Amino acid sequence: MPMQDGAEAALSVRDLDIAYRVRGRDRQVIRGLSFTIGRGETFGLVGESGCGKSTVALAVARYLPGNGRVRQGSIEIAGADALTMQGEALRRFRARNLSMVYQDPGRALNPSIRIGQQVAEVFEVAGVPAAERMDRARAILERVRIVDAGRVMTRYPHQLSGGMLQRVVIAMALAVDPTLLILDEPTTALDATVEAEVLDLIESLRAEMGSSVLFIGHNLAVIRRMCARVGVLYAGTLVEEGPTREIFANPRHPYTVGLLRCLPQPGLSKHDTRLDTIPGFLPTSLAGIEGCVFAPRCGLAQDICRTQEPPLIPVAPGRVSRCHFHEQAPDLPRATLATPPAQTKKLAAIRPVIRAAGISKTFGSHLPVYALRDVSVEIWPGETLGLVGESGSGKTTLAKLIMGLTPPDAGGIIELSGEPLAGSATRRQPAEFEALQIVFQNPDAALNRSQTIRRIISRPMRKLGRYRGVTLSDRLRGLMSHIRLAERYLPMRPRQLSGGLKQRVAIARAFAGDPRIVVCDEPTSALDVSVQAAILNLLADLQAEQGVSYLFVSHDLRVVRYISDRIAVLYLGRLMEIGPAAEVFNGPHHPYTESLLAASAEEDAGSALRLSGEIPSAMRPPSGCVFHTRCPRKIGEICETTEPELIQRRGDHAIRCHLTRDEMGRVATTIEA
Amino acid sequence: MTGETMTATAAAEAAMDTPARIRRERVRLLLRNLPFLVGSLLLIFWIVMAIAGPWIVPYGADDTDLLNTLTPPSPDHWFGTDQFGRDVFSRVIMGSRDILIVAPLATLLGTVVGTVLGLVTGYAKGLTDDVVSRIVDAFLALPLLILAMLVITALGISNTTVIIVIGLSFGLIVGRTVRAAVLGERDLDYVAAAHLRGEKPIYILFVEILPNVMPPIMVETTVRLGYAIFTVASLSFLGLGIQPPSPDWGLSISQNYGLIGGGYWWTVLFYALSIGSLVVGVNLAAEGAQAVLDA
Repeated sequence: MPMQDGAEAALSVRDLDIAYRVRGRDRQVIRGLSFTIGRGETFGLVGESGCGKSTVALAVARYLPGNGRVRQGSIEIAGADALTMQGEALRRFRARNLSMVYQDPGRALNPSIRIGQQVAEVFEVAGVPAAERMDRARAILERVRIVDAGRVMTRYPHQLSGGMLQRVVIAMALAVDPTLLILDEPTTALDATVEAEVLDLIESLRAEMGSSVLFIGHNLAVIRRMCARVGVLYAGTLVEEGPTREIFANPRHPYTVGLLRCLPQPGLSKHDTRLDTIPGFLPTSLAGIEGCVFAPRCGLAQDICRTQEPPLIPVAPGRVSRCHFHEQAPDLPRATLATPPAQTKKLAAIRPVIRAAGISKTFGSHLPVYALRDVSVEIWPGETLGLVGESGSGKTTLAKLIMGLTPPDAGGIIELSGEPLAGSATRRQPAEFEALQIVFQNPDAALNRSQTIRRIISRPMRKLGRYRGVTLSDRLRGLMSHIRLAERYLPMRPRQLSGGLKQRVAIARAFAGDPRIVVCDEPTSALDVSVQAAILNLLADLQAEQGVSYLFVSHDLRVVRYISDRIAVLYLGRLMEIGPAAEVFNGPHHPYTESLLAASAEEDAGSALRLSGEIPSAMRPPSGCVFHTRCPRKIGEICETTEPELIQRRGDHAIRCHLTRDEMGRVATTIEA
Repeated sequence: MTGETMTATAAAEAAMDTPARIRRERVRLLLRNLPFLVGSLLLIFWIVMAIAGPWIVPYGADDTDLLNTLTPPSPDHWFGTDQFGRDVFSRVIMGSRDILIVAPLATLLGTVVGTVLGLVTGYAKGLTDDVVSRIVDAFLALPLLILAMLVITALGISNTTVIIVIGLSFGLIVGRTVRAAVLGERDLDYVAAAHLRGEKPIYILFVEILPNVMPPIMVETTVRLGYAIFTVASLSFLGLGIQPPSPDWGLSISQNYGLIGGGYWWTVLFYALSIGSLVVGVNLAAEGAQAVLDA
């Protein structure tokens, strides 16, 4: 393995075994894990949920929950044995050498203490004299590029946005110049534009301060951007390690290969290819596994894989892979057919299935929040309309209005196949309920935990499809096979199912009747990439078979590009751009779309296009074009005074901007297929 | 694509938490929980006494023996006799009967009323919730005993009146707990999904939401049972609850407490201990069960 001398390393983990005690039995979660982070190096630990990556972070910080135990191995930070320290010595060691940044900055800060005081506390622990603490706090906040640090210091956490809070947490983590900085999914809770900004910040600070970083994440694109070296963790076992660029370009373990194939490729859509997936599930227990942990899910597995655990085999200078057949890894057979589903249901499209014209939504009358302003969209039979925008842009509000979960303001119309729809679901007709269904973001909240899967799916069949008796059980069996859900799950309850299976049940429920349009509200954002790929395939298959339309809400542009036929971009409740997916992505784009694309681009496409600041409050939307306060291509006064019209630029592609088509930019993210 | 969900191994399946497994596990934990064990033994003891009393007691609860009044505890009369020569031991055993009928029925009524009240106010929100909640607040501002005394004086004294009064006032308290639990459920997406297939509010309340708020309702019910026993005893002591000639504990204490000054402590102590042990038993069992269910 590529390792510096042990004493030199910022973090050295050797043969680590960790188990949690659950109901009187030890459950092993990490086995034989070894890795080293050199001084000033950024090491990424990547893996899907349940692989044990956060457990590693907690163990390194000596912060395992009460039932967690390091059974074997060593952890050395800056040459000191971190596992034997106790009490005061441990506290002091942590204060000087270690900092952690977690996923949710809102929970890392005390809501009742002003920011300035909280940051100053870090210096108090470090023994800085009281008189200097506030000045040091201001200096470190300025260092994380917080403009107007003095004002921010007087604020309470709830008065700041998520991105700002994460900066404050990072400032606190860096305040004492730690040997090791642990970042556990630091940007997962943030919008893509804010994420890009925070990642820029982490990168430049790391270069300035020379800290070593353990970066933990599930987002492959983020890991690729941030880390020089990466370790891939599967079921508590390190399966591959090496320089990030090489591993992503030429993975040598079937799991890494599978993981990378699950991501929608830039520029490709559901009409070009089906996504590959990783079949099967993470093993629930590591006990009694004799061979390779990945063998049950591996397309290359031979007899030897099931009986003999492969060691970490050096495959190139500085690279190891835990696979008997690492040379063949790139040729891993696909788990799914590559050919996209054939359109089996042809539709005569004479009118849109959903037509919303001029709908607005204002929340509250005392201090009105303009969540949605004069939005018009059409969704045609069998097509997917992707809806993108930052949080607070009105995506979910639009989805809810169409579903009737909140009534729109007076004046707009929503039509279902030409028939006007009542604004509130309580006044809609049974046939309308059947035609219009939804898949929610979080399947845990969307499925009633006290009901069996059979009940969850068969109730809407009875209610919407009016199926009874034998017809009902026939239909149920047919639907289960369509959704690729084994019948043995029927008597189970949601908590017994994995996240991906739960989302399948939620999709089955939406398809219980015969829907014409299904609203998908971030249906894969709570799922791992391999599960996400399977769900996206399923949605594409169902669409091809049944000719259903989707309104697909997502913040992940790659996913939207893959699944959508047309895309609508919302900002502060206004429709900024709408058009065929390829044209919206290939440009020329609206400056806002351009910024979104730049933020999600793999390689740094252009930092000049980074959106700075936050999305303005919908209570006081800016005058003129609502985007002018953040627009990288603002022309001048006209943007502040006159709101541009949504103008058809070419064909179906409409943009709300004062720029002419030639003046607009393009982001080179797409490789034309 | 077909392989994806079908390849879950049998081993993965076996390790999953099936409802039956969870239930077995909970029973095992309950039986190892000392407070729960002690509490349920006390409770079971009194239930057995109430049912089997007539076959256990050495004397009739109302049998007077004017030649042996106020005798201290002795092998003939384990707990002594009262001023009419009635055997205190027999009266303590038989005295468990009324309170073990009245208190659980009152609690049951309170739970049913409270559940409906909580479901409706939590679900309706807005004006209905505000109006009902303020009325509940107004009632709860009065001490329970004062409220009970007012109603009982107005309606006349009887076991039924006691059940109704305690049941309704507990209903208000249970209702608050249920309302809080319903508020946590009503905005979850499964409720929205039910709306979006056109379910009626009654169905959503009782079929979708109710099963998910059962745990807090169960906890509240057991806690209320302890209070109900206590309240019935207090009302009986004040002469507003269970009426003579019942050998009820609270009633017996009120008939005899004047005798303590004369040194006849046994005419009061054993009734008081009985009330105490029953309340403690219920509370210990409730606490133990709650600790296990929360774990």
